[in-house]
Amino acid sequence: MEFSTSPYLLKDTSVRRVMTQVLLALVPGIIAYVLLIGPGILAQLAIATLTALAAEAAMLRLRDKPLALFLGDGSAVVTAWLVALTFPPVAPWWLTVVGVLFAIIIAKHLYGGLGQNPFNPAMIAFAVCIVSFPALMSQWPGAGSHLAPGQQFDWIFGLTPRLDGMTSATPLDALKTALRADEGHSGPLPFLAGNAQAVIALCYLAGGLFLVWRKVITWHIPTAFLGAMGLLAGLLWLWQPAGFANPVFHLLGGGAMLGAFFIATDPVSGATTPRGKLIFAAGVGLLAYIIRVFGGYPDGIAFAVLIMNICVPLIDMTTQPKVFGMKDQ
Amino acid sequence: MGLMQLFKFKGGVKPATNKAQSVTLPIAKAPLPSVVAVPLHQSIGGTPRPLVQVGDKVLKGQMIGEADGWISAAVHAPTSGTVREVGMYAAAHPSGLLTDCVVIEPDGEDRWIERQRVDYKALPPEQVRELLRDMGVVGLGGAVFPSHAKTQASRSVPMEELVINGAECEPYITCDDLLMRERAAEVVKGIAIFRDLLQPKKVLIGIEDNKPEAAAAMAEAVKAAGEDFQVVSVPTLYPAGGAKQLIRVLTGKEVPANKRSTDMGVQCFNVATAYTAWRALGHGEPVISRLVTLTGNVAEPRNYEVLIGTPMDELLAIAGPKPDTDGIIMGGPMMGFLVPEAKAPVVKATNCLIAHSPALFPPKAPEMPCIRCGACAQACPHELQPFQMYWFARAKNFGKTQEYNIFDCIECGCCSFVCPSRIPLVQYFRFAKSEIWARERDKKAADGAKTRFEFKQHRDEREKQEKAEKLAKAAAAQAAKKAAEAAAAAASEGAPAEVAAPAAPLATGPGDTPAGPAAAPLSPEEAAAAAKKAAIEAAMARAKALRTQTQPQNTDNLTPAQQQEVADIEARRARLREIAKTELVHADAPPAATAPAAPAAPADNSDTSEK
Amino acid sequence: MLIAIAIMALGAVVLGAALGFASVKFKVEGDPLVDKIEAILPQTQCGQCGYPGCKPYAEAIAKGEADINLCPPGGAEGVGKLADLLGREAKPLDGVEKPPQVALIDENTCIGCTLCIQACPVDAIVGAAKQMHTIVESLCTGCELCLPPCPVECITMEPIQETVDTWKWKYPVVELKRVA
Ligand code: SF4
Ligand code: SF4
Ligand code: SF4
Ligand code: SF4
Repeated sequence: MEFSTSPYLLKDTSVRRVMTQVLLALVPGIIAYVLLIGPGILAQLAIATLTALAAEAAMLRLRDKPLALFLGDGSAVVTAWLVALTFPPVAPWWLTVVGVLFAIIIAKHLYGGLGQNPFNPAMIAFAVCIVSFPALMSQWPGAGSHLAPGQQFDWIFGLTPRLDGMTSATPLDALKTALRADEGHSGPLPFLAGNAQAVIALCYLAGGLFLVWRKVITWHIPTAFLGAMGLLAGLLWLWQPAGFANPVFHLLGGGAMLGAFFIATDPVSGATTPRGKLIFAAGVGLLAYIIRVFGGYPDGIAFAVLIMNICVPLIDMTTQPKVFGMKDQ
Repeated sequence: MGLMQLFKFKGGVKPATNKAQSVTLPIAKAPLPSVVAVPLHQSIGGTPRPLVQVGDKVLKGQMIGEADGWISAAVHAPTSGTVREVGMYAAAHPSGLLTDCVVIEPDGEDRWIERQRVDYKALPPEQVRELLRDMGVVGLGGAVFPSHAKTQASRSVPMEELVINGAECEPYITCDDLLMRERAAEVVKGIAIFRDLLQPKKVLIGIEDNKPEAAAAMAEAVKAAGEDFQVVSVPTLYPAGGAKQLIRVLTGKEVPANKRSTDMGVQCFNVATAYTAWRALGHGEPVISRLVTLTGNVAEPRNYEVLIGTPMDELLAIAGPKPDTDGIIMGGPMMGFLVPEAKAPVVKATNCLIAHSPALFPPKAPEMPCIRCGACAQACPHELQPFQMYWFARAKNFGKTQEYNIFDCIECGCCSFVCPSRIPLVQYFRFAKSEIWARERDKKAADGAKTRFEFKQHRDEREKQEKAEKLAKAAAAQAAKKAAEAAAAAASEGAPAEVAAPAAPLATGPGDTPAGPAAAPLSPEEAAAAAKKAAIEAAMARAKALRTQTQPQNTDNLTPAQQQEVADIEARRARLREIAKTELVHADAPPAATAPAAPAAPADNSDTSEK
Repeated sequence: MLIAIAIMALGAVVLGAALGFASVKFKVEGDPLVDKIEAILPQTQCGQCGYPGCKPYAEAIAKGEADINLCPPGGAEGVGKLADLLGREAKPLDGVEKPPQVALIDENTCIGCTLCIQACPVDAIVGAAKQMHTIVESLCTGCELCLPPCPVECITMEPIQETVDTWKWKYPVVELKRVA
């Protein structure tokens, strides 16, 4: 009998199960995405998943690790899906491939593979691509416009030359431009009504709550993220309603919901102590707001997450919880 | 069952309890085993000293190992028979190593020693504690800490609560449950003993809410005994039966790792411990048996009253292990261990034996890297950061594990239980802890060796110096003696020519007293100026003789190098003598003063030649 | 361009000054090097390193006269620790690593000559002239220095047996490879 030690009873859980639940929680958002923006995202997801698995397998082989065990853990697929969902739905296929390869090979395996990466791989991919291909990464279908599937696939697979006029900037970008043009901005509800992004965000919210309920993530990160972002947005909006969008717009626009429940909650690169999680997520929320409103990029989640990733060791070290019985000492 | 405010501890897990199997049948008495091996060291603290020898006949309940110190507890013969062996025998320990045991071959009569009930209330508490120690009463919940040592309230903090632990949170184990169901009255009497010793304001009996029958029986017994103990149902959550967790749940107090619970006015005993305390005092029966749950992969799971020292394989056979059984877990599945040696004896800490089979406890999935999901930290009842400790334990960075409070870990196993990466966290912690202990032992031994080495060096140094001094002294004495003899000879030879009269007394004098001046006091007795002059002259002659006499003695068998050395020294000495002479001419000191100075020269010389 | 260079240079100067200040201000007052080295040596005092005891060897290492891999009782682990402390490359041990051992006097053969007592560097042997000698096991460092002086060769070395109290939990086996 091999040497084994207690506990002999183990909870029925595994990394694969955790990752599967994350993927499951993304499904409502994806469905909404397909219905409201178009089925192109399915192609993106497929491309990203295949690329990720291939890259993961190659890296595991190179690093001489057990293939079956790690390929099945689902972490590469989660990364792939996050890349696909944060990239524009009409990005050319090779852009997605480049992003995923970067995430899996450089951001994950070169740092030691599962559990070792100090930065969120999907966000590294996003940051690298938006810096390298700013134009392609900024082309989102116009708000409320449902794309014809054929056309979308054409764009993705590059069958027909892309017409710049067919896509527009993200709603955030549009807003930024609009505000700069001093056009003012209407209340939250009209914006919500016809906006695909916001509906998808609400679906992500539902998926995120599912994760909290399943105890895959704790409440700390989403709450602090959305709280901090909403608070800052609200204060600025109250101060100058004409110059700043209302907080609901910010929370439901761009990648805020996806970021709060699925990206900032990446356990490997995030803070781990309860207080640390609050600080980390609040930092991400504030930075994301500042970058998206005052910075030059359409959204700030990726950079905010990466910046806060750098601070994680410091945050964790200074927020060690007091152990049992030591609270008043 | 009183309604009272309960507190929560952080973390905890809910494994399947698997208790139902073993509670259907009442407690049974296990048959007499073919052999009993009683380990001497069964409790925390000192190892009891064996009181018996091979061949001795012992009676049931006879003390065979005497407590060694205050934190220690006696052990007793579980049945009557003959001592076959006092020596190494398989231990109920995860290592599978041997330990000191008294092996008894039962004679089948199971004859008791004379049992004496004591009215403990009439005895001073000190004596009651000694009695408990000599009866071998220790914590039967698994920690086996000598109970008598826990019955002393803190000097500065008044005892508030006495917590009685009937929670029994580990899956599979039901021995406390059955004990409370069937023998509640005696448990209550035992609790009263601890209450009387500790004098707490209230007594709280905590029982997990999955044991309503036990709680009802206890409440009944408390009422029947007219006591004011409170039976409290606590939520079922592993490890609610950990002493610290139960204290927290019932009183809201958190006992830190560096404090005794009595320092916070609370103390905790297991129900089974209370029961044995009563059997010890009320019936004169030392702890020679205990309830053991036999469960797991067996045909008939059940609780048995088992003699300490019963071989585990023999015991488990009673419950009918199924054919695919491949091991025995002692204790629960969360904190127990697979017994490496199946013939290891049941000890006071053995509350449960689980027949292990691959179907019941599937082999663990391979360990994956930690994904820092934090599930372990959420589950840890001591609010530790297991993944951080794991990280450092894995890297063998033990200092860091201590910074993350590894010694607060109670090895409850909650963290390993929930870890999705299937990391055997607790094993890493056990590994780190035993490494740290070993290092501390080594360090202590090395420090001891270093001090003793330094002391020895210091001593050798001192001895050498003392020897050198002694040698120098001896040489000096010898030289002086020889000089005196020589002087005497010179005096007896040379004196007749100059002064005849004083020669006789002087000849005897210097024999006893080595130095010249000693002769001077003798001369006034002659009351003659001439004599005095003669004495002075004699002294001078002696000194002179000494100079001439000693030199040849020290130059026997010298190597050329030494001769050269001697020559050098002589030359130096001659120069010194010149200087001394010129100085002496001017000095007022009597010429005799040169005499004492003289022996120093040869002594010096002898040293040189010796080297 | 010039401004940029100037700013960078200024930054470098400021940071350098800050670092310099910090290193002076927060200087760690530690044991002198010899003590730190000696703390790593096992204090077996056996002289196998070629020095009369651990301290002289520590001094020699500190002075740079001796290599760090000369102490067999310290083993590869000891070499590793010394390498860490001194920032040198770890080397293979110059000598054979033995399992921990203690000396044992055959009490029937001992003639009570006291020669071993004088040889033992750590006073682990008790006895007196013409009396049987014995070794206090817990004090013996296993240095073997008492073996040669014994005229009747009654001292042997015994490996230390693991007991229940000194037993250590093993490092968990990482079984990743087996699955592949
Ligand atoms: S539960 Fe396991 S994987 Fe999760 S943080 Fe703890 S050790 Fe790491
Ligand atoms: S075994 Fe230790 S670290 Fe793990 S949950 Fe229990 S107390 Fe916490
Ligand atoms: S070899 Fe090691 S243990 Fe022996 S004296 Fe030298 S330093 Fe000390
Ligand atoms: S008894 Fe012998 S082996 Fe042990 S320390 Fe002394 S000299 Fe060394």
